[in-house]
Amino acid sequence: MATQNTIRVSVRRRAATLSFWEQVYLFEVIRGLWITTHHFVLNLYYHILKLFGIRKTHPLTPTIQYPEECRPLALRLRTLHRLARRDDGRPRCVACMMCETVCPALCIQIVAAAVDDPNIEKRPKSFDIDIGKCVFCGFCVEACPEDAIRMDTGILDIASYSRGGMVLDIDRLLSLNAATERTDKEVDQLQKWLLQ
Amino acid sequence: MSPVMYWTTTVAKSVYILVFPLTLAFVLAWAERKQSAVMQDRIGANRASVFGRPWLGFVHMVCDAMKMFTKEDFVPETEHRFLHHIAPGIAMFFALLAFAVIPFGNQLTIAGETIGLQVADLNVGILFVFALTSLGVYGLVLGGWSSNNNYALLGAIRASAQMISYEICIGITVIGAIIAFGTLSLQEIVLAQGTHLLAGWLPRWGILLQPLGFLLFFVAGIAETKRVPFDMPEGESEIIGFNLEYSSMKFGLFLFTDFVETVLIAAVTVTFFFGGWQVPWLYETGFAFPWGSTWAIHPNIAALLQMGAFVGKVVFFCWLMMAIRWTLPRFRYDQVMDLGWKWLLPLSLANVVVTALITLW
Ligand code: SF4
Ligand code: SF4
Repeated sequence: MATQNTIRVSVRRRAATLSFWEQVYLFEVIRGLWITTHHFVLNLYYHILKLFGIRKTHPLTPTIQYPEECRPLALRLRTLHRLARRDDGRPRCVACMMCETVCPALCIQIVAAAVDDPNIEKRPKSFDIDIGKCVFCGFCVEACPEDAIRMDTGILDIASYSRGGMVLDIDRLLSLNAATERTDKEVDQLQKWLLQ
Repeated sequence: MSPVMYWTTTVAKSVYILVFPLTLAFVLAWAERKQSAVMQDRIGANRASVFGRPWLGFVHMVCDAMKMFTKEDFVPETEHRFLHHIAPGIAMFFALLAFAVIPFGNQLTIAGETIGLQVADLNVGILFVFALTSLGVYGLVLGGWSSNNNYALLGAIRASAQMISYEICIGITVIGAIIAFGTLSLQEIVLAQGTHLLAGWLPRWGILLQPLGFLLFFVAGIAETKRVPFDMPEGESEIIGFNLEYSSMKFGLFLFTDFVETVLIAAVTVTFFFGGWQVPWLYETGFAFPWGSTWAIHPNIAALLQMGAFVGKVVFFCWLMMAIRWTLPRFRYDQVMDLGWKWLLPLSLANVVVTALITLW
């Protein structure tokens, strides 16, 4: 037998909570103005200090000047995919089609080819991910038996003028590396690629 | 005064009184973005840049103006194309014309001639100002009506309803000031505020004679500028308003009119209640402080100081109105009407009665 719980809801009338002085409104206006003016003066003070180079940062303004500055990304955040390489430089991927199968957005297209190495057997001849369709679920990463596909590039600003531009091919995917192991020069190159 | 001198000074004064509100309105358009940003812990427009610097966001304003001028000027299908074209001009024209009677200084003496620093010293200056601000609403009404759009028309009707409600309050409040100063001429009102109370310590400004009057006038004045919290005619979140069918610079002109009106209300408030161009203890020949010391300065320099004081006071009130605009949420339509008719009107009537009684007694 399921027990029935009664939920008591207390109804409070909002109008009654305003005191007389609040209803006069004028004093509330002044109080509101006091708050905003307080912020205005403090902010202005720091803006002026910053303008004349006395301070480097503005402690009260949390604005992050994207794209020049970025908010730090969590390490486990799912970002743009990449294909990892083996130590000898060959792609780790063995074209097992796991990721293509599991992908709920059907955005991975793999064409397999044979390799001589009996331990590997197959390699991807082409490997396209249509980022325009991807829902960033990360299933492909979890499905991969070879830890070949990873989403740790730290790239989030993915945009293109055409749908075709959103399709990343195997060369592109292999050329990316993890955000944690990127050198400054590579960051610059990445910026250029993202902005083109 | 020779005719040449007369015309040169009149033209110079007219140019000054036109350039002053327009410049300030431009600065206000900039302040609208930057001041709100600073109040809300943001940074504000800083992306458009010249020589690699955003120049405090001013470049954005220039870009905005360029955009306004180069955008397509869409005219809706209406039988009143002419009215549609001139409506923004009407609104702007009356707002700017009202500045003609605002005294922006005492007098300058150039080549032996005394030049009063006011374009037109009408003896009914106050009435002139309020006649023109009332006429300004025609721009809105014609614009909304000729747009052939029901929402625009609704905005226009709201505009006229709001203007009527608050102009009554302004008019009655000003009667209190007129009783207190005993004149209708704005220059004389300012001159009357040049004396001091409390053995010379306190400047005898209008706010001390009419504290309630100032409050009522200021609230109604903000309503006259039809900006948030009184933005019923525009009502951007509900009806988009009288300027719905306007685009390019004609829309910009409506927008700019609001800023010019802000400057106008600030100037009139300063003139009535904050001593106009008066600087405390500054007389024509120099400062005379209540503790007995004096500091003589040239009359022309004193006049320039007073002109500066007027500009400073107006800028302060523009800032205050901007701060109010970015602090308060907008009123509902019925609240606007409530405030106007049930609160401001009776209070302003009471103000007049009390002022009259005190003056008589
Ligand atoms: S993240 Fe999800 S949607 Fe995107 S490619 Fe991988 S499996 Fe497909
Ligand atoms: S699951 Fe891994 S190994 Fe298999 S095809 Fe996808 S990326 Fe290659």
